[in-house]
Amino acid sequence: MGDTQTSQRSDDAPLSTSKDDRREQVRAALVDPKGDTLVGKTVTINRPRAELYAFWRDFTNLPQFMENVVSVEPVGEGRTHWTVKAPAGKTVEWTSAVTEDQPDQSIAWASEEGADVANSGRVEFRDAPGGRGTWVSVTILYDPPGGVIGKVIAKMFQREPAIQARRDLRRFKQLMETGEIATSAFTRQQHEEEM
Amino acid sequence: MRALTWHGKHDVRVDSVPDPEIINPRDAIIRITSTAICGSDLHLYDGYIPSMKAGDILGHEFMGEVVETGAGSTLKKGMRVVVPFTISCGSCFHCSKHQYSACDNELPADNQDIAQPIYGQPMAGLFGYSHMTGGYAGGQAEYVRVPFSDVGPIVIPDGVDDDKVLFLSDILPTGWMAAENAQIEPGDTVAVWGCGPVGLFAVQSAFLMGAERVIAIDHFPHRLELAARFGAETINYEQTKTYDALMEMTGGIGPDACIDAVGLEAHGFFADNVWDQIKVSTFLGTDRAHSIRQAIVACRKGGRISMPAVYGGFVDKFPLGALMEKGLTLKTGQTHVQHYLPALLNAVMEDKIDTTFLISHRMPLEDAAEGYRLFHDHQNEVTKVVLKPGMDRSPNEESRHGIQ
Repeated sequence: MGDTQTSQRSDDAPLSTSKDDRREQVRAALVDPKGDTLVGKTVTINRPRAELYAFWRDFTNLPQFMENVVSVEPVGEGRTHWTVKAPAGKTVEWTSAVTEDQPDQSIAWASEEGADVANSGRVEFRDAPGGRGTWVSVTILYDPPGGVIGKVIAKMFQREPAIQARRDLRRFKQLMETGEIATSAFTRQQHEEEM
Repeated sequence: MRALTWHGKHDVRVDSVPDPEIINPRDAIIRITSTAICGSDLHLYDGYIPSMKAGDILGHEFMGEVVETGAGSTLKKGMRVVVPFTISCGSCFHCSKHQYSACDNELPADNQDIAQPIYGQPMAGLFGYSHMTGGYAGGQAEYVRVPFSDVGPIVIPDGVDDDKVLFLSDILPTGWMAAENAQIEPGDTVAVWGCGPVGLFAVQSAFLMGAERVIAIDHFPHRLELAARFGAETINYEQTKTYDALMEMTGGIGPDACIDAVGLEAHGFFADNVWDQIKVSTFLGTDRAHSIRQAIVACRKGGRISMPAVYGGFVDKFPLGALMEKGLTLKTGQTHVQHYLPALLNAVMEDKIDTTFLISHRMPLEDAAEGYRLFHDHQNEVTKVVLKPGMDRSPNEESRHGIQ
């Protein structure tokens, strides 16, 4: 989570849960920080760390559970090109490079120059206590398109990254634990419309 | 297909809707042969449960025949199954602890946002019970899609009548877990508030678990008669002061264990209930909670409270002081149906538990809306309505119900 402790901090809670603005500390912990809005979320998944890391490390897997990600395509040298749904039927695109890769532990990435939405982040995999599988923590920094107003509009359309990250992590957990993503759809047509 | 759909308070209709289809690998499609209206369906009928949408298919007590299976289902076409009302994945931490109704994975990711702010974590997924519990279509229909069909449904041996095993879907395990949560010891006196189906199964279960006496509390004479048939002593709270009676009937000690099988729509003209009703109707509170308050106050010191009753939101005037000062234990929760199914199926097959006594009305699915009205308006006589999608809808059939 990039939770560098400083002299100001007097507890062990993740920076993303701080009542104060801790973005600078998060930025300081990332290799190539991009973006200014912080999202942090942890989920427990009842699967081994190595399996979860391997699934995530192949970025082309991510659209399976990241609802707004249309596609992730490898473009060489470990870089990937992302196409992501945005409000009002639009899409945004960027190319991302891996900035840090510790097998079975963590992956960090940052968007390259020219991104529609500058962003960077890290996913960390830790053994959960008590043999409960793995803690998966995602930290994302991003610049919302259109600044604060863009963020409000995105939220109205439920494409706000904080909401999306929370739901995507739940879907990741479902896919890894049960092999499928829960839906209450009744017919296949209804299911496709929801996607 | 035809299905019973919700359209608003006291407005349910049998409509034509699309047939369900296999969507995920572990799904199965079941052709419903029997499905019951549950007391908790009346909470939906009365408009107490939020996050309902017009057109939602109701029903969470059902059984039928497997007609289609996904690649990951362990069921086979033609099998007869009873389906638990709780949907559980079988592979998360909670399922591994047999806390099936606390499953992490069966609620669509977006629906999980509805309950989290109120409850702290997302709720369990249930069939036909609002979008807070997943928005899954229910079983008061000709067909239903059953997710995680390799974990939930229990296969019923040939030759066993639907009516005998249908209640394995919800109310029998719920009554059993209620008694288990009361941690009954030999010699105990157990008081049960509410002689609906769950209360009546709790009465039977409490005796099987070694209770020496069970005291059943209700105001419907017919329901009290049913409880008495299983050996319970009875209190009619319209004629009797319940707390005073419980104290006198236990030599001034109070019951060792108290089971609240009433819940958020408690009847009765009590001061706290009237206040609750005013608050519910003005949205200052959500639940009417007379029975749980009385159970806590009546319970003996160091005793146990079990609360299978459904509560959805907030109450005040909750006797927290009595709970603490008397050192009571309170256990509750949605039923972990899958955990109890194999043993309870055996108990039913061996006639240790009587299930069919409960059914007062059998009707075709087409008459489901009438079934809701009957159940809602005549709770003394109508103990359980079972809908049969294949049943003939003849005028003679209707006159057989007695109460119209």
